[in-house]
Amino acid sequence: MNNSVKSLLAVLFGLLAGAVLMMLTGHNPIEGYQYLVQGGLKNPERIGNTLATATPLILTGLSVAFAFRTGLFNIGAAGQMLVGGFCATAVGLSLDLPRGMLLPLMVLAGFIGGALWAVVPGFLKARYNVHEVVSTIMMNWIAYWTVYYVIPAYFKGDSVETESRQLPANAMLRESWLSDMFQGSYINLGFFIAVLTVIIVAFLINKTTLGYELKAVGFNRHASEYAGIGVNRSIVLSMFIAGGIAGLAGVAQYTGNASSIQIGILPSQGFDGIAVALLGANAPLGVLASALFFGLLYSGRGFMNAMTDIPPEIADTIIAIIIYFAATSILIERLIRKLRLRRSANKKQED
Amino acid sequence: MDYVVEMVGIRKEFPGIVANDDITLRLKKGEIHALLGENGAGKSTLMSILFGMYQPDRGTIKVSGKEVRITNPNVASRLGIGMVHQHFKLVEPFTVTENIILGSETRRLGFMLDVRTAAKRVEELSKKYGLNVDPYAKIEDISVGMQQRVEILKMLYRDAEVLIFDEPTAVLTPQEIEDLQNIMKNLVKEGKSIILITHKLKEIKAVADRCTVIRRGKTIGTVDVAETSREEMAEMMVGRSISFKVDKVESKPGEPVLEIQSLTVKNSKKVDALKAFTLDVRAGEIVGIAGVDGNGQSELVETITGLMKAESGSIRLNGQEISGLSVRERNESGIGHIPEDRQKRGLVLDYTLEENIILQVYNKQPYSKHGILQPAVIRKHAEQIIQSFDVRSGTGARSVVRSMSGGNQQKAIIGREVERDPDLLIAVQPTRGLDVGSIEYIHKRLVEQRDKGKAVLLVSLELDEVMNLSDRIAVINNGELVGIVNASETNEQELGLMMAGIHKEEGTS
Repeated sequence: MNNSVKSLLAVLFGLLAGAVLMMLTGHNPIEGYQYLVQGGLKNPERIGNTLATATPLILTGLSVAFAFRTGLFNIGAAGQMLVGGFCATAVGLSLDLPRGMLLPLMVLAGFIGGALWAVVPGFLKARYNVHEVVSTIMMNWIAYWTVYYVIPAYFKGDSVETESRQLPANAMLRESWLSDMFQGSYINLGFFIAVLTVIIVAFLINKTTLGYELKAVGFNRHASEYAGIGVNRSIVLSMFIAGGIAGLAGVAQYTGNASSIQIGILPSQGFDGIAVALLGANAPLGVLASALFFGLLYSGRGFMNAMTDIPPEIADTIIAIIIYFAATSILIERLIRKLRLRRSANKKQED
Repeated sequence: MDYVVEMVGIRKEFPGIVANDDITLRLKKGEIHALLGENGAGKSTLMSILFGMYQPDRGTIKVSGKEVRITNPNVASRLGIGMVHQHFKLVEPFTVTENIILGSETRRLGFMLDVRTAAKRVEELSKKYGLNVDPYAKIEDISVGMQQRVEILKMLYRDAEVLIFDEPTAVLTPQEIEDLQNIMKNLVKEGKSIILITHKLKEIKAVADRCTVIRRGKTIGTVDVAETSREEMAEMMVGRSISFKVDKVESKPGEPVLEIQSLTVKNSKKVDALKAFTLDVRAGEIVGIAGVDGNGQSELVETITGLMKAESGSIRLNGQEISGLSVRERNESGIGHIPEDRQKRGLVLDYTLEENIILQVYNKQPYSKHGILQPAVIRKHAEQIIQSFDVRSGTGARSVVRSMSGGNQQKAIIGREVERDPDLLIAVQPTRGLDVGSIEYIHKRLVEQRDKGKAVLLVSLELDEVMNLSDRIAVINNGELVGIVNASETNEQELGLMMAGIHKEEGTS
């Protein structure tokens, strides 16, 4: 069965289950969903906010999906995102350059920061066969505590201890024409970076010799060795790219959606990225679609909560159920096959 | 005569192919019934239907005269049908008994595992059928042959009356094959009935009473094994006459292509796997390496191809030292390698056929330009190999290799390696697990390479294959070269002695 059909079915089941939940708690599901969708798409500002919310999810989802396609399980997108965001912020706060030079430099710093953060687990895997799930999670905490120390020590905010200084407008991804177009939304250049990255990654994975190599190593290390592909180099490179993409998520989040970096928080988008990749069947365009959908749910739930007395947790529950169905898509597939078999058996009996 | 199992008019269709088309198989009580067919002929599908893994689209199955519907393997098990799979399904750190009772554990007081009673029964069964298995041995400590007996015991423990053996000898040594055949004879003596899935005619001749031949999903016929010759059965299976002898003219060896000088290699356990090994392979000849499995053959091949590092010694290709080069550099300097384990080394199973065809050349012109793959060129190249090497698959170049039969996977690898036109072609177990038709074809291709003036190094555990194909035979024992003989001047006895490590001079003097 087609992957996109599977994902759509998972979404459908998730929404149905959410409707049942709303009914059980004595609410009107039609009204609930109406406000949920309106909250995300009602006017240009809300659409812009939905896109902005989706931006880091697109990138973390893409990071996880890319690693997965090359046989690696990147649980560390959160840490890579945090480090990427931190590096970009640090550049933005430290350098006084014209915007045309500063922004590219910040994006580059974010990419490199996230990439280097992921290279460590990649190297450990290639050299010592340390499983990346363990090492990427540990890197998450190292990132967490590093930022926890460095921000108050060197980039302390003017009023609050737990935040960095505010970035100057010059060093942020927001563009006034863009905000104007979306009537005051906080949508920013990060969204375009995300879409561009999706296109680049899709091209890289499907059309280039590099993508061929990385996927071959992911599928079968031994055959890749036999073919003369540098297996260790490929693993490190895969993690480098995956980490870099997650780093870009940090750039979009901390220098676009927000204007400062907080300490003591691992960005939740890092973990949501796993769900986004799963629902998007690890395909770049699938990731884009599923991240936009998640963005809609996240940005619409506040409005739903304001207009009805449905708790916002319902939206989280729907997301959880969708992930559940996406993860168990094999069950759905089996169910459909059984139904089809039964139907053809009935037909035969009629003959 | 009543039949224990009757499968009549079975048809099973998969998207794109009819795997079974009106197949009939009748198994008498107390017989060994061979099911013979090429890879992809539909043997496995038919047996999966009998074992409840697939449902037939049409046809009836009767067990002991009663029509049944086998909806899943548990139903098959209840009907007394057991299957010994080609790839064993055992838990390595568990003991024999623990593996056997897995899924139908004997209990005390409803929840405590009672291994002792079970072990006793395992021992009794083992004795009764001459299996000689220690019920308390751990699976990881016993040989492959013994593990297979555990699989057989599993079936007997569940009172199976009909045992299906799926290519049981593929993983066994000649001695173990003989033992297995005796066990099968014991089983039928005790009233069990056996279906033996195979494409090895020698084995059918050795144990089977009757044989049903299928080809391309259709029953060709059921014959009495005693009254039918090997050639007749082969012809039924393939649909044309088959020669078991390889046709080839005298070789005209030229310059040495591969020169190995006192090569020493340590294996993963840091033990010398190859000791001061010296060998040349010249252009226009096939040199066969004969030896019992695990005597240094794999290390030799992996060191030549660059997958393993040599301790000392030199390897020269066309006069150039290559021992410092990477795998890719060696590939490019003219080595082709048909690896021992096609699924582990030779193919990326989740890639399509065309993606596998470019496994070593994906980064070369014209298959890619400036780092971008050229799908049209790749497709054309793959289609040409598919055509000239007769690789059959569901959807041509776009088929995922995992879905292809073993024989066609192997043909794809051979096509890929031969088309790269290497000066030295290393073929390791090139026909393992393949049917007669494919074997004949692959042998012809290897000889063709030789006749084109290429050097061929053949490593095989099948002595017949080494003797048939090679011009010279190098015998390896415990990592040492025992001696080199001309294939035309030797015989099985001499090679057998050498393989056991007895040097030629000692043997003849």
